Amino acid sequence: MGAINIEEVISLAPEQPRLPTVIIKPTKGWAALNLRELWRYRDLLSILIERDIKLRYKQTALGIVWVVLQPLIAALIFAAIFGRLAKLPSDGMPYLLFVFCGLTAWNYFSQALQRAGNSLVSNAQLVSKIYFPRLLIPLAHTLAVLVDFVVMLLVLFVMMAIYHVAPSIRILALPVFLLLATLTATGVALWFSALGVKYRDFMYALPFLVQVWMYASPVVYPMSLIPARWQLWFALNPATGFIEGFRWSVLGTGAFDQRLLLITIAVSILSFLSGTFFFRRVERSFADVI
Amino acid sequence: MSNLAISVEHLSKSYRIAHQANGARYKTLREDLMQMPKRILSRFQRFSSPLSSSETFWALKDISFEVKQGEVVGIIGRNGAGKSTLLKILSRITEPTSGQAKIYGRVGSLLEVGTGFHPELTGRENIFLNGAILGMSRAEIRARFDEIVAFAEIEKFLDTPVKRYSSGMYVRLAFAVAAHLDPEILLVDEVLAVGDAEFQKKCLGKMKDISQGGRTVVFVSHNLAAVSSLCETAIWLAQGKVSSIGLAPAQVANYASHFLSLPTAKKTAGITEEAIEIAHVSLRAPSGELRTSFDQFEPITIHIDVDCKTARPQLRFVIRIRSTGDDTVILETTDWDLGSPVGKNRVGSYGVECSLPENLLSVGTYMLSIGIDEPRGPVHILLENVLSFVVTAAVHAGELSERNTIISPCQKWMLAPYSVDQKNP
Repeated sequence: MGAINIEEVISLAPEQPRLPTVIIKPTKGWAALNLRELWRYRDLLSILIERDIKLRYKQTALGIVWVVLQPLIAALIFAAIFGRLAKLPSDGMPYLLFVFCGLTAWNYFSQALQRAGNSLVSNAQLVSKIYFPRLLIPLAHTLAVLVDFVVMLLVLFVMMAIYHVAPSIRILALPVFLLLATLTATGVALWFSALGVKYRDFMYALPFLVQVWMYASPVVYPMSLIPARWQLWFALNPATGFIEGFRWSVLGTGAFDQRLLLITIAVSILSFLSGTFFFRRVERSFADVI
Repeated sequence: MSNLAISVEHLSKSYRIAHQANGARYKTLREDLMQMPKRILSRFQRFSSPLSSSETFWALKDISFEVKQGEVVGIIGRNGAGKSTLLKILSRITEPTSGQAKIYGRVGSLLEVGTGFHPELTGRENIFLNGAILGMSRAEIRARFDEIVAFAEIEKFLDTPVKRYSSGMYVRLAFAVAAHLDPEILLVDEVLAVGDAEFQKKCLGKMKDISQGGRTVVFVSHNLAAVSSLCETAIWLAQGKVSSIGLAPAQVANYASHFLSLPTAKKTAGITEEAIEIAHVSLRAPSGELRTSFDQFEPITIHIDVDCKTARPQLRFVIRIRSTGDDTVILETTDWDLGSPVGKNRVGSYGVECSLPENLLSVGTYMLSIGIDEPRGPVHILLENVLSFVVTAAVHAGELSERNTIISPCQKWMLAPYSVDQKNP
């Protein structure tokens, strides 16, 4: 028994006043983001994402096919109405390809926005029974939509092959536009999900907003259709920037100017930051009012 | 103090309760916008009558206490005393209105069995989901996975969606995940109230293991028997304040015997309380003296005072006695047993008495539950574990008659003739 008993050694050391792990007290005003805590809960985030993906197409026969089927049918309808009947321009591309490319970007954005926007209310039970950083819920829903996006992107590539459109080196810029769409969607979704906890009105307003927003963005028409004097105002809609940018990087169409890019970056960062800080400010009352 | 686990200092929590005629729970934006001019106006008109009909309700008011490391603390009190609010604050689900609490160590909270369980996901997927929600990392869950599955006894159904589970399996799995959480401080709210008796026993056993493993546990329960057997210390909350803090068995006995005029003490879904109310419950010795401690050789009289508002032809009183140690129901009796219902069509204030004969219960601590119902009709009142009492050993014929049995009635013994035929054995 020659070994030193470590516990004894520790207990012999002069006693240090232990610092509390957490001090629970009322918080006031703006709260910091607390990235360290978010990092600690990364496993929960990944499991919540997993859950969302698994749940979406459980007990469906077609499963992931639905991801493609809906936008594909929408694209065909748009091609018939806006391409054939209204004869909207499509920057020299086949209209179907043009609109499907726009829908790939738009669908990612709108799905992320809608899922995350309703996420808190649909997870009310979690919010009122357990503590974890509340940001994880909308974040998990946004990120889960990335899977759908990748599937749509693959179909888009197939469609490009059919139309003999080869992607250029610009495709490397794709992640930038994806990030901009994610920032905007998350920011707006955080506003909606936080407000929806108290006012259910926002849950009803969201689908309506998404619909209006789609027609206000260059999904079924190109940006070049917009008169020059309106273009700057148009650029304030971050969806304009990332949809045009997405088309520019995948199909190689349109003129993507720097001014539009800078405005889009600024607006999407503003959206994300304002959403995050608003969310952090009101999240302390979620459990009481949800 | 270096061995503290939780230190609560002047903690308060208030809620605003709105008195709305239609009882609408969710505010709509329109309502808030409509009220805004009123609110702004009322700031200027300080002395006008209050426009909003909301009032502040203090769920907790100036609570202070300390929990040492490794201590197992029970929190007892009536519904609405603030027990669950306290746990919600300590587990950081909601914020206090004032005051603060310091927590030393990793906290795991279990406010509900199966939080986050999703019916469409399989047992395996739910273990990971629920574990992560309770604060475990993937690696930790993987390390305890087999143990969890074995505890829940669901090996065969691991890859079946939990919506196809029986309710028993569901609860077992949910508790198994929670029980294998390994925090330094565990906050538990009323989770033992689920599952069948056998499973409850298993859960209690697991809780005992956890508490003996040197972990700090704060345990809220209506099950006074569980509190007095699991906890060292108990905190009694009443109307959002600490009523007293002390050793658990003493606190429980104290609490139970103070539980005297509580018609709304235990609300369970479907219980009607309009027809009849219990005004007072007491235990009496043959002399009529109120007591909570009886000698084994004394009869015990249970006295219930009720106020009955409507005549009920089917009214029935039920008494149930449990042993504190393992929660076994020792006996259940109703006033119908001998065919003479005492409350039949009776209106007004009256007392009902039931006498337990001497030498029935062995030495030990017991809990009394009282129910008033109508067979095949509504349950009017259910007061679970409303009073606790002790039966002590008595010296009889010079010998202490303490035996390790559940009941100990004195039996008749006599001398009898030899009955075997001595010629043909």
